Amino acid sequence: MKAFTVLDTTFVPLSIENVDTDQIIPARFLKATTRDGFGKNLFRDWRYFNNDEAQPKPEFVLNQPQYKGEILVAGKNFGCGSSREHAAWSILDYGFRAVVSSFFADIFKNNALNNGVLPVQVSEAFLQEIFREGSDSKLSINLKEQKITINRTGASENFDINDYKKTCMLNGYDDIDFLLSIKKDIESYEHAAQHS
Amino acid sequence: MPKTLFDKIWDKHVVKTIPNGPSVIYIDKHFIHEVTSPQAFKGLENRGQPVFRPQNVVATADHNVPTVNQHLPIKDELSRNQVNKLIENCKNHHIELYGLGHPFQGIVHVIGPELGITQPGMTIVCGDSHTSTHGAFGSIAFGIGTSEVEMVFASQCVLQSKPKQMRININGNLNTGVVSKDIILFIIAKISASGATGYFVEYAGDAVRALSMEARMTICNMSIEMGARGGMIAPDEVTYDYMKGRLFAPSHEQWDLKMKEWKELYSEKDAHFDIEININAAEIEPMITYGTNPGLGIAIGASIPQTDSIPDEGEKRNIIKALEYMGLQSGKQLLGMPVQFIFIGSCTNSRIEDLRLVASIVRGKRKSDNVEVMIVPGSQQVAKQVVEEGLDKIFEAAGFEIRQPGCSACLGMNEDKIPAGAYCISTSNRNFEGRQGAGARTLLASPLTAAASALTGVITDVRDLK
Ligand code: SF4
Repeated sequence: MKAFTVLDTTFVPLSIENVDTDQIIPARFLKATTRDGFGKNLFRDWRYFNNDEAQPKPEFVLNQPQYKGEILVAGKNFGCGSSREHAAWSILDYGFRAVVSSFFADIFKNNALNNGVLPVQVSEAFLQEIFREGSDSKLSINLKEQKITINRTGASENFDINDYKKTCMLNGYDDIDFLLSIKKDIESYEHAAQHS
Repeated sequence: MPKTLFDKIWDKHVVKTIPNGPSVIYIDKHFIHEVTSPQAFKGLENRGQPVFRPQNVVATADHNVPTVNQHLPIKDELSRNQVNKLIENCKNHHIELYGLGHPFQGIVHVIGPELGITQPGMTIVCGDSHTSTHGAFGSIAFGIGTSEVEMVFASQCVLQSKPKQMRININGNLNTGVVSKDIILFIIAKISASGATGYFVEYAGDAVRALSMEARMTICNMSIEMGARGGMIAPDEVTYDYMKGRLFAPSHEQWDLKMKEWKELYSEKDAHFDIEININAAEIEPMITYGTNPGLGIAIGASIPQTDSIPDEGEKRNIIKALEYMGLQSGKQLLGMPVQFIFIGSCTNSRIEDLRLVASIVRGKRKSDNVEVMIVPGSQQVAKQVVEEGLDKIFEAAGFEIRQPGCSACLGMNEDKIPAGAYCISTSNRNFEGRQGAGARTLLASPLTAAASALTGVITDVRDLK
């Protein structure tokens, strides 16, 4: 997993609420057995007519060249529905390192963190403030300070993340390294549970 | 401090708590399937790690399997690769697999309970959000992502922050024509598709106690559709009667020992819940959804909400967008509207009781010529029971197409899809855009509503059937 410290980039606004993981990556693309190459199918059915890359839907934000950057900003309850981690993989593979929303679905939040994509939860008012910005406006996200700023106006907000996950993200460690390091504790738990 | 059902099971499974961080939770049962496991096996192998406790893992193939000609090699190459990969991984890591051709194969959330693997007091995970189904037995069961599947392979543990807790009390008598699917659709419509995010939900009350095990599973199954981490119901005699004699359920002295533990699984008086919601069962009507998330549901005889009168701008925009996708109009009624497909199946409603409900409506009758009806039993064992009880004859005479067990048109991953623009009344759990196929329009409802509408070809209140 890649470490995450600060991110300072333009963003892609997706002002839709309740974006479910079936939209992020439709089920028919889940037949792969590796984690790679999902970015080209990100939001597939919102991006193209007739599932055809030669027919982009011009009104969809990923098809509007003025919008680019490593941050996706989306309406509330982002990532609801299916637990498919393919959703986080496709967001990462497309080139996003952070998703900003006023509310995240639980499983998606975990999946994102486990792949080095930072979910940044802001207030609804701050989210709307970001949506009002233009395509050349930049956001900066500082994980250490747990702070997101709209560079142009200087408006900022703090966001939550637990200390453990923060350390993992800052250093690029993952949970499995940690769990393997406490195997002894797990074995003694098993032993105690059998005899209780 | 008095404990909730959730607290009791959680506390017993904490291996370690990280200060200002999550807890390490020990997992008793880990179900896996072909779609969300291959990358986890790969990750494990890249680390040079074995599966830590293969005896605690059970595998099946369900999401991506064909539902016809299951004895033949899978035609689609990618699907075939994925299913073969599961076979290979299970073999290499000594994991029990109930794959295609096995008499126990089926949708993971159907086979766990029916084999007696799912038991009260357990912690259960699966790389599938509807793992909440198993909570119906009084277990902590929740869906995880593939990285977490890899964690459980490596250590039999996951890292979880303790969720907040919600109790939903449902009391009173249900109206005729109302079944457990209507209860859960009613609850989700009431609290919205994100109303329980961050919570674990316990369902309680005399209306829940009166439900069969299979009906309870339908309710817990859809907990995730309101954002909940999971849902659970304290075990009781109904639970024990269901479990007794099942293949992997404890027997003899083991059963008696377990019973002692299980009897302790309830929320103590005055235990703390962060939120409590009370529902009068008599207020629930047969439900149907009109939008593109499971929270957009109404009583079947009601009208679609007037978008003009929705105060919240975001909410209004969502519903307008949903209605546009669905080709429906605000303020209009759904009753009497033609549909082209009926899908009876999925981990929500594909168990024998669901299929008996359907049979009770269609016995001796024939479907409308205007609809195609697909009925997909949840497991090989359910399929077998359908034949033993003669339900297959009833379905065939009604013109229904009976398919072989799998997730099928619930998620539109294989060839079982609903065509673009067509309306489908589905007993599954998600009506997202494109869920049943690109452009497909899904209306979620109970098996009774699906059966009644199959006969008429239009959206029908089962209570209006002649
Ligand atoms: S039946 Fe549908 S919801 Fe259930 S496990 Fe299969 S795909 Fe998921």
